[in-house]
Amino acid sequence: MSNFYSVGVNWKQKNDINFIDDNNDGFSRRARIVTELLDDFFVRAMIGGIGAAIVAGPVGCFVVWRRMSYFGTTLAHSVLLGVALGFLLDIELIFAVFIVCMLVSSFLLLLERQRYLSVDALLGVLAHAVFAAGIVVVSFMETLRIDLMGYLFGDILSVSQTDITWIFVTASISLGLLIWHWRSLLSFTVDQDLAAVEGVPVNYMRALVVLLVSGVVAVGMKIVGILLVVSLIIIPAAAARRMSVTPEKMAIMAAIVGVISVVLGLFSSLEFDVPAGPAISLAATAIFALSFIIPTRFISR
Amino acid sequence: MTPIENEGESHRTVLISAEDISIKFGRRPILDKVSIKIHRCEIVTLIGLNGAGKSTLVRAILGLSHLFAGKVSQMNGIRIGYVPQHINRDSILPMTVKRFLRLGGPASREGLETVMEEVGAGAILDTAVSSISGGELNRILLARALLRRPNLLVLDEPFSSVDASGKIELYGLVELIRDRHQCGVLVVSHDLHFVLTGSDSLICLGKNDYCSGGPKDIVSHPLFRDIFGYQLSEQFLLSRRELETKK
Repeated sequence: MSNFYSVGVNWKQKNDINFIDDNNDGFSRRARIVTELLDDFFVRAMIGGIGAAIVAGPVGCFVVWRRMSYFGTTLAHSVLLGVALGFLLDIELIFAVFIVCMLVSSFLLLLERQRYLSVDALLGVLAHAVFAAGIVVVSFMETLRIDLMGYLFGDILSVSQTDITWIFVTASISLGLLIWHWRSLLSFTVDQDLAAVEGVPVNYMRALVVLLVSGVVAVGMKIVGILLVVSLIIIPAAAARRMSVTPEKMAIMAAIVGVISVVLGLFSSLEFDVPAGPAISLAATAIFALSFIIPTRFISR
Repeated sequence: MTPIENEGESHRTVLISAEDISIKFGRRPILDKVSIKIHRCEIVTLIGLNGAGKSTLVRAILGLSHLFAGKVSQMNGIRIGYVPQHINRDSILPMTVKRFLRLGGPASREGLETVMEEVGAGAILDTAVSSISGGELNRILLARALLRRPNLLVLDEPFSSVDASGKIELYGLVELIRDRHQCGVLVVSHDLHFVLTGSDSLICLGKNDYCSGGPKDIVSHPLFRDIFGYQLSEQFLLSRRELETKK
């Protein structure tokens, strides 16, 4: 099972690669430790995963509150097309994925105006059409040798320093926007008309939520893969629900649950030699299950 | 939205005025050339058949729907307090009453307690919004509207989940609020008792046309009789006579 569809990389191989060139005498000791740490793929995976989880939790709360989980799935399914276009146009992948996500959401907003099909059905059409298109485009680019399985199931152990930078830039911008517009976003979530009368720019808020989810999908797909990225968004938020009495607490709890899941998932991946992405999702699911077992009186105050 | 000159505290100040507004959903006309004016300290009641476009007219006044023709003008510096029919308050979103009230704007604990007392809601500031009763929710929504210190209060079938006696009390409260806050009120209501005794002016929406006027004039209008029936008009005249003899 260690090389399940070649998801991730075998631990032993990876460990051999690390700590080989240790002759950078020009560096000060501290700088060398930092460099060595970031050289370690496990530490990079941990940092990248935690960065993605911190933003996925609070954004996931809005996905749960606004019942948008199928929308998240649709965006996740459009990732592959983004990756393919990123390679074709030679631009940063996370950026390409983000743009494709925005295009798919705008297309959905246009389609929503017709009244013959529900949004649910539209998402069902769009998710799989975009996914199929992604696979077809990838198949045309055989010379580039895209690791399809790596994108489907995530490849957190191959997170690079550039990836970490992208993850943290996206996460900071997203969290900044979230905190800045927190009250308006909440008001908009409870009742759009009431929020609009009270002066909240609701169209902007609607676009902002889509933007945030797109950003999280773009960074999260590196961590747990296209097929599991929604789990990083939904499960921590769902697990946080029974532990919170206010929306703020739920958002913070969701981030904490996400971070714990990443740490637990990565260590169990190391311990039992299982693929890291699914291990993270399962760790989050375990916390979710636990949140139902603990009596309310211990957690909801 | 065109601004109207703010004429200060006068009772004849026009808060909002819609002129000949028409609204269509696709090709289906919902409202055709409807005009409505709301003054300060005036309670205007909107009644009509199901599907006649009551909520659409309310949304137009609030500036939430796209007008096909006509225009809506608001007084300069208008603050609208809106009480919707219902809100999304399922327990997916953890939220206390206190937090919900503060979504409309910052407010001190004392301010919240005062307004809760004014609308007659009990000590439920720390209760979850998802677990309060329908009647309590109606009062909470009214409280959130009042926190904005509105000069126009818009209520869309506000007390639909309250029993008959609760309704009388709450409509009494609306009149009290009008007197205390000197605001105009637009209310969508099916409650005949309030429609005829509480409101200063009525707008009655039919399928294709509408009529408006004071409660005395409108009862004889054929459209009103279509909606509430001949009997009800008779009942009104009776209750009206009772009121007059009491005085």
